[in-house]
Amino acid sequence: MNTMPEKHYLNEKRGWKSWLFTLDHKRIGILYLYGIMAAFLVGGVFAMLVRLELLHPGRDLMDAKTYNQFFTLHGAVMIFLFIIPSIPAALGNFVLPQMLGAKDVAFPKLNLASWYIYVVGALVAIYSIYAGGVDTGWTFYTPYSTTTSTSVVAMTLGAFILGFSSIFTGLNFIVTIHKMRAPGMTWFKMPLFIWGLYATAIIQVMATPVLGITLLLLIMERVLAVGIFDPAMGGDPVLFQHFFWFYSHPAVYIMILPGMGIISELIATFSQKKIFGYKAIAFSSLAIAFISFLVWGHHMFVSGQSQLASMIFSFLTFLVGIPSGIKVFNWVATMYKGIIRFDTPMLYALAFLFLFTIGGLTGIFLGTLATDVHLHDTYFVVAHFHYVMMGGTVMAFLGGIHFWWPKMWGRMFNKKWALLSWLLIFIGFNMTFFTQFILGTKGMPRRYYNYLDQYQPLHAFSSYGSWVLGLGFLIMAVYLFYSIKRGPVAGNNPWGSLTFEWKSSSPPPVANFETEPILKHGPYDYDKIIPERTYS
Amino acid sequence: MNSEAKSHYHILPLRTYITVAGALMVLTVVTVAVSFVNLGGWNAVTAVFIAAVKASLVALFFMHLKYDKKINAVVFLMAILFLAIFLSFTFFDILSRGDIYSEVEKSIKGKAVIYDTMPFDSKSAGHDDSLTVENNEP
Repeated sequence: MNTMPEKHYLNEKRGWKSWLFTLDHKRIGILYLYGIMAAFLVGGVFAMLVRLELLHPGRDLMDAKTYNQFFTLHGAVMIFLFIIPSIPAALGNFVLPQMLGAKDVAFPKLNLASWYIYVVGALVAIYSIYAGGVDTGWTFYTPYSTTTSTSVVAMTLGAFILGFSSIFTGLNFIVTIHKMRAPGMTWFKMPLFIWGLYATAIIQVMATPVLGITLLLLIMERVLAVGIFDPAMGGDPVLFQHFFWFYSHPAVYIMILPGMGIISELIATFSQKKIFGYKAIAFSSLAIAFISFLVWGHHMFVSGQSQLASMIFSFLTFLVGIPSGIKVFNWVATMYKGIIRFDTPMLYALAFLFLFTIGGLTGIFLGTLATDVHLHDTYFVVAHFHYVMMGGTVMAFLGGIHFWWPKMWGRMFNKKWALLSWLLIFIGFNMTFFTQFILGTKGMPRRYYNYLDQYQPLHAFSSYGSWVLGLGFLIMAVYLFYSIKRGPVAGNNPWGSLTFEWKSSSPPPVANFETEPILKHGPYDYDKIIPERTYS
Repeated sequence: MNSEAKSHYHILPLRTYITVAGALMVLTVVTVAVSFVNLGGWNAVTAVFIAAVKASLVALFFMHLKYDKKINAVVFLMAILFLAIFLSFTFFDILSRGDIYSEVEKSIKGKAVIYDTMPFDSKSAGHDDSLTVENNEP
C-alpha cells in the first residue's frame, strides 16, 4: 500500500507567507500553475464568447467593437499570459531541477522575481481592459495600433513586462542545465524534456528583447510620435511587422519546443521502450530553435514585402519541416513494438501526434507563396495555428499536467473521468477547428464580425464544438481539484518511469532528494531496467 | 587565493584605455563624416558596421571580454549574429521592395520605397497607375 511521506514541500511550511516568499522551485512552479490556469480560464471564456457571437451572421450578443476587443484579448491573454509561460515556467520550474537531480534552480530569487514580474505584467494587461480595451488583434500591427483610440499602450506595456519574466526563466534554466546536473549526468544522458527546455530558453533569451524593443518603439510612436513606423515621417509600417515577427515567430517555438520535450518523455515512459533516435530528437530541438530565427517573413507574404524577401523566407520556412518530421517519426518508431499503456498522459501524447501533424502539414500550405495569397488572413490560418498551438502545445501541456500531477500532490486523479474529459476535448477540438480549415478554403476571412449566410452552418458547427471542448475542460478542472485533497495516494513512481524525479517521494521533500542522487543509467534504459510501478 | 584574485581582476594599463577611447572618438568622427556621403543602400550598412566595431571595442577592452573565458565571447558573438540576421533579412525586403513587379511589368519603386518620396504625398499612397508611369519616366 502506498503512503504519503510525512514531511514534504507542501506541508514543511504553512501559511500564505510561506508561499509568497518561497524560493522553492516547486512552489514557484505551482504559483505559476495557478497564474496560467487563471489566464487560461479567462482566455477560454473570451474564446467561448467569440464563438457564441459567430453562431449567426450579424449581432448575437455584442456589437462589432466589443467583438474586436474580445478576440484581441483572447489572443493576447492566451499567448502572453498562458501559452508562453505554461510549460517552461509552470511544469519546467517544477520538474527541471528534479530531473537534473539538483536541489533547486541556479538562481532561486530570480525565479521568484520572474513570477512577481509575471503577475505585475498580467495586472497591467488587465488594466488595459478597464482603460478601454484593445482592438488591434494580439499582433498590434501599425498603422492601426498607432492610431486607434483604445488602450494599446497599457496592453503592450503589459506584454513588455511579461517579456522580462520570460527572459529570467530562460536565463535561469540555461545556467541550471549547464551547472547543476547530477554526477554522471552528461549532456546526452539528460531527459529530452530538458533538451526541449534548453532550446526554448535560448530562444527566450535571444528573441524576447526584440519584442521589448518593438513594443517600446510602438509606445514611443504613440506617445511621442517619433515616426519610425509612420510613412508621413519617413517611417515604414511594414518594418513593425519585421520587428514583431522576429520575436513572435521564434516565440511560436518557445510555445511548441517544451511541448515536444514532454511528448518524448510520455511516449518513452508509456511504451516502456528506449527512445528511438535520442540524439536526433535532441539536436532537432536545437535545429528548430535556430531555424525559427530565419523564417519570420512568412507572416508577411501579402504585406507589401519584396518578392525577393518572400522567396527567401518561403524557402527557409520549408526547412522547419525537417526537424519536426524527424521528431514525429522518432516518436512513432519509439512506440513500435513497445508495451503501450493507454494511461491519461499517453492519450494526450497520441492526440498531440495526430493534431500536431495536421497543424504542421497545413503550415506547408501557408508557407507556399502561391497558396498563401489565397489562404492568408482566412480561417485556414486560424485553424492551422490552433492545431499547432492547442492541438500541439496544449495537448502536451495537459499530458504533462496529468503525468506529473501525482508527483506534485502525491495523489492520483480519477482515470475514468480523465478518459471522458480527454474524449470530449479531442472531439470538441476537431469539431471546432477542422471546420475552420473548410471555412478558410471557402474564403471566410479571419477576425470578421459579420459574414455571408453561406458560411453559417460551418460557423455554427464550430461553435457547437467549442461547447464540447468547454465541457471537457470543466470536467477536467473538477476531477483535478478533487484529487488534490481526496484522490488515492499515488506512490513514488506511479507510471514506472526511469527519470530522476520519480526516485524521490511524491510529493518530494523540500530539497528534492534525501541524498544527492547519482546517475546510474540513462533516462530511457527500459531495455536494461524494469522500473517498479507504484500505482495501477 | 592570490593567483585566483589575479585572474578575476585583470588590470589593464592606462595606455590601453586611452588608446581605445581615442579609437572610439575617431570612429565617431568617421560616422558623422560618412553621413554626408550618400552611399544608397550602403548607408545603413556602413553606419551599423562602424557601430558594431565600436561596441566590440567597448566589450573587448572596457568590459574585459578579451581576457575573459572564451564562452563569454561566444555568447557575445551569438548576440551579434542574431542581430546581423535580423538586420540583413529585413534589408532583403527593404532594399528590394520595388525591384520586381512582374504583374504590371514595371517598377513600383517610386512609390513603394518611401525614402525616395519625402515628404510623403498622400496622393501616391495607393497604387495609382497614372502616377507610376509618371514617376518612372526619366
